[in-house]
Amino acid sequence: MTEEVKNDGQRSSAFVVSPQKRKMQKLAKNAGETLLLGIASFVAIVVLFIFYFVAVDAIPYFQLRGFTEFFTSTGWYPAGEPGEFGALAIIYGSAMVTFGSALLAVPMGIAAAVCLSDILPFSVRQYAKPIIEMLAAIPSVAFGFFALVILAPLLQSNGGPLLMWTWWVLAAPFLLLAVIVAADLLSARFAREENRRKMALLLQSLFGILAVLVLYVVGTKLNAIEIITGTNALNVSIILSFMALPTIVSVAEDALQSVGRELREGSYALGATRAETLLKTVLPAASSGILAAVILGIMRALGETMVVWMASGNSSHIPDPWFNYLEAVRTLTATIAGDMGEADQVTGSARYHVLFAMGLLLLVISFFSNLVSERIVVRQRKILSGQ
Amino acid sequence: MMKRILLLLSVLLFASVDAVAVGGGIVIDGSTTVGPIAKSFAAYFKNRYAVPVTVSESGSGNGAKGLINGTCDIASMSRAMKGREIAAAATKGVNPVAHTIALDGIAIVVHPSNPVAGLTRAQIASIYEGRITSWKGVGGPNARIVVIQRESNSGTQGSFGELVMGKGVQITRNAETQASNGAVKNRVSSTPGAIGFLGMGFVDRSVKVIGVNGVRPSLSAIRNGSYPVSRPLYMYTNGQPTGVVKQFIDLAGTVEGKRIVGELGFIAQ
Repeated sequence: MTEEVKNDGQRSSAFVVSPQKRKMQKLAKNAGETLLLGIASFVAIVVLFIFYFVAVDAIPYFQLRGFTEFFTSTGWYPAGEPGEFGALAIIYGSAMVTFGSALLAVPMGIAAAVCLSDILPFSVRQYAKPIIEMLAAIPSVAFGFFALVILAPLLQSNGGPLLMWTWWVLAAPFLLLAVIVAADLLSARFAREENRRKMALLLQSLFGILAVLVLYVVGTKLNAIEIITGTNALNVSIILSFMALPTIVSVAEDALQSVGRELREGSYALGATRAETLLKTVLPAASSGILAAVILGIMRALGETMVVWMASGNSSHIPDPWFNYLEAVRTLTATIAGDMGEADQVTGSARYHVLFAMGLLLLVISFFSNLVSERIVVRQRKILSGQ
Repeated sequence: MMKRILLLLSVLLFASVDAVAVGGGIVIDGSTTVGPIAKSFAAYFKNRYAVPVTVSESGSGNGAKGLINGTCDIASMSRAMKGREIAAAATKGVNPVAHTIALDGIAIVVHPSNPVAGLTRAQIASIYEGRITSWKGVGGPNARIVVIQRESNSGTQGSFGELVMGKGVQITRNAETQASNGAVKNRVSSTPGAIGFLGMGFVDRSVKVIGVNGVRPSLSAIRNGSYPVSRPLYMYTNGQPTGVVKQFIDLAGTVEGKRIVGELGFIAQ
């Protein structure tokens, strides 16, 4: 409405818009707005419809079989006579794989984001970030193919040494840091400069020997492990972590960037080192954004289907012992993909509806996670804009 | 407007139903194992002779019932008709005639490095049930057995269940599931402790085929029925077939029919 007033004002001075033209403009404006509103609401409605139709097909399952079997039994024999529909092992498999990939992707992703935003020079960052984001463009079936054809046989033939080297490469720098920091902290108790230096050296060598021992003992233990089957939870966790990485890095890096120069410069001005600025100022300020990044990344891993269907081994049991990542597992997404038989669609059987129950479960989990991450992002925006 | 559209639609619908009746299409019902063959034959037949073919897969038993009650022209079955069914057919004046259209053979495969050359059917069943978990239990090295099966919709999985496991015996939960014959072959060829099963058409040198009950799966062993994990697949007709039904059944003996059967992983007669 205010625009019209402006137009009226302009008409008298600069140029005259004929009534027809004004009408046309108004019509075009309305049409454009309606179209955009339509498209926007269409997207929202699609989401609602998906929820509705999945729920409509999921509810008959619970009416047919109740809740107890689905959530507490591990017997999954949908094709049996009579069928068993215990999804506990499958839910557990999903959780296991998601947790495993988060364990790998979250530290890696946050470290990469910090490196990109605060450590690498701008010119390198300009190239590094798009390259990391390119990981997201690789089709998941390509990841799955890699997992099945290359990683799985590799784990079987050289699993032990592979685990040992990974442990060494990952743990050595952390242990080195820990040794130095621990020695410094403990020796700081001595008042005299000379004593302190001697103590630090002593502690450093002591802790150093201890660290090397830990590295060696755990390394040989890992080296001795023989991986029977390469299509297991570890394989899938590794691949899924790579798939979740671009999301985590990209969103976390944006969060770190949005912290702004003022906080960093303020921290430096108070005499903090770069490490202190990063750990005590930048990371806490960006923490909610990073958390949102982590949740988005985890959702990526939870919802992934093709890779787990190809490379998780798909055996519907809880590994023995329960934390054994070297056994095959089965996830909700892979079960839906694999058991979606054509023959059962018409019959309205429990076997058909149970897959929708699984889909509904996944939808609900991701819906709540998205809600939480959305909340966190909003909160961070408020905090950063000065409450 | 709406009414007119509905009217038009219903007219079209009735017209098409009529066309089927007039054209004298073939109705096939029965085994899910034979289903892929019946469907591929149907597609080829429709193209070639413009005769509509309807294929349902409600199981061998229902196929037999359909033939007896006259609701289908051909009953596709993964087993021979039972005496009871033939007797029931006789009371209705139906004379079921069996036509073997293909053979269904499943090869049991292991990693090429595995020294085990053969197993009994009972041993294989025990492995898949999860009662034998080490190759040592069947005369091999002391290594865990990685059991590989197909997904529950697979016809090969169904055949394996019936021919090896027997009715009502379930495969261990520890068994890994792969989505296709190719994926099973890939896993077995790259996993030293693995055992899997493949449709005969998918076997190649990357995996080692083992004998069952002392018989190796060869074309002749499957054809003469001495290889235990195999069975003929039948199509039953009421009396000797005539007209388009005969043409359809005869497809199995043609070069094109044999090609289709082979491509689906079965063995042509």
